[in-house]
Amino acid sequence: MKLDTSGLEAPAPILGGIDDLSVDFAAAQSFDLPGCADFDGFQKDAVQMVKPAKGTTTLAFIFKEGVIVAADSRASMGGYISSQSVKKIIEINPYMLGTMAGGAADCQFWHRNLGIKCRLHELANKRRISVTGASKLLANILYSYRGMGLSVGTMIAGWDEKGPGLYYVDSEGGRLKGTRFSVGSGSPYAYGVLDNGYRYDLSIEEAAELGRRAIYHATFRDGASGGVASVYFVGPNGWKKMSGDDVGELHYKYYPVTTTPVEQEMAEVPAA
Amino acid sequence: MSRRGDWVYENNGGTCVAIAGADYCVVAADTRLSTGYSIYTRDYSKICKLADKCVLASSGFQGDIKALQKNLSARHLIYQHQHNKQMSCPAMAQLLSNTLYYKRFFPYYAFNVLGGLDNEGKGCVFTYDAVGSYERVGYSSQGSGSTLIMPVLDNQLKSPSPLLLPAKDSVTPLSEMEAVDLVKDVFASATERDIYTGDKLEIVIINASGIQHEFMELRKD
Repeated sequence: MKLDTSGLEAPAPILGGIDDLSVDFAAAQSFDLPGCADFDGFQKDAVQMVKPAKGTTTLAFIFKEGVIVAADSRASMGGYISSQSVKKIIEINPYMLGTMAGGAADCQFWHRNLGIKCRLHELANKRRISVTGASKLLANILYSYRGMGLSVGTMIAGWDEKGPGLYYVDSEGGRLKGTRFSVGSGSPYAYGVLDNGYRYDLSIEEAAELGRRAIYHATFRDGASGGVASVYFVGPNGWKKMSGDDVGELHYKYYPVTTTPVEQEMAEVPAA
Repeated sequence: MSRRGDWVYENNGGTCVAIAGADYCVVAADTRLSTGYSIYTRDYSKICKLADKCVLASSGFQGDIKALQKNLSARHLIYQHQHNKQMSCPAMAQLLSNTLYYKRFFPYYAFNVLGGLDNEGKGCVFTYDAVGSYERVGYSSQGSGSTLIMPVLDNQLKSPSPLLLPAKDSVTPLSEMEAVDLVKDVFASATERDIYTGDKLEIVIINASGIQHEFMELRKD
């Protein structure tokens, strides 16, 4: 049993003739499936065994100047922190960003795949793909694998001909347009801060600070989030990284250490 | 795990470590191959040379790992015929990621660390999960003893995160000899507490002058 992956194939062989050497290797690859009757059971056990990296807080919101995208950088496998330096904001092209929540490999692979598709669209149509179009490409791919155990919760944020764009896409087939999203295990905490501080007419600096603060507070309350809080801004001239701060150090920015007033100085006992 | 009739995996244990420096890369793995409480052999190499400046160390199920190594070696041979050069380490890293992901629904039970030199001659280490998510790091440990070794490496080598802005310099501060000594120490310690690690340590050092091999005896109990 093989899945149809014609969408992944290279349009034409690069070197005719020489490819004969590599019938099995250079040919477009397709996903191998286990040859067993109980696919779901096999998947469940296999996933439990390989424990793919998980756990996240990501957020994105549209405001007057453009879109802010922010995320933490922790990856955990069960209780073990497998990395504190994951790049959860994926740079699809200079005008579009994707965020990563759920299975790390699923997000990395399909965002890279989306980047290829967006570039091909650009070459074929002589203009950049819209955020709407790009998010739909991803949503359609993910929907075609629905029920097979992919785990992706992503936001596609960018700037196109219509201005700022923001979509939420997940592996269950959902695709929502909106102005304010947060995804991942720390999202309830991030939403709390985000909804409280959000206004449409925020300045770029204020918006970046709101994103950073929301991520910080999520990493404070959610054990599966942590590391570095990265903040990106997407405006008419493309994306720009605004900040990257270790949340351990951000803590002292939001909660400065104050010296407690000394109530009584300990007095030296006069020598007998 | 063998509850299912169609179950094809086995955990053979083993630990891999890689450290990247300014102009070198150290990749190491123990040579014990076991399953459950029994040891199959004390002399099994988990390190595979894929290109002139690129080696792969893997733990997990050695059946899958052998298949993976053969696949990558074959792909590299084709690459050499088509491009008349060796594949770079970052290119091999992307190839390994894709190879792992194409078996997303029937994974290779393999935890890999890829080490080597990049195009500028700097040491590089790539670390993976079983289904192909990967990251370039300064040092990494994978396999059964990784939870014992990784905190020690963090303590000795942790450098500023590459995600920080303004960016900070993040090169492993160790010399090649110090890195090799650190690797020997962490393996000697992991062997004390991990039943799947031991027997012998294989160390591969990659630098501008080529690849050097070294071995160190570990506890055999």
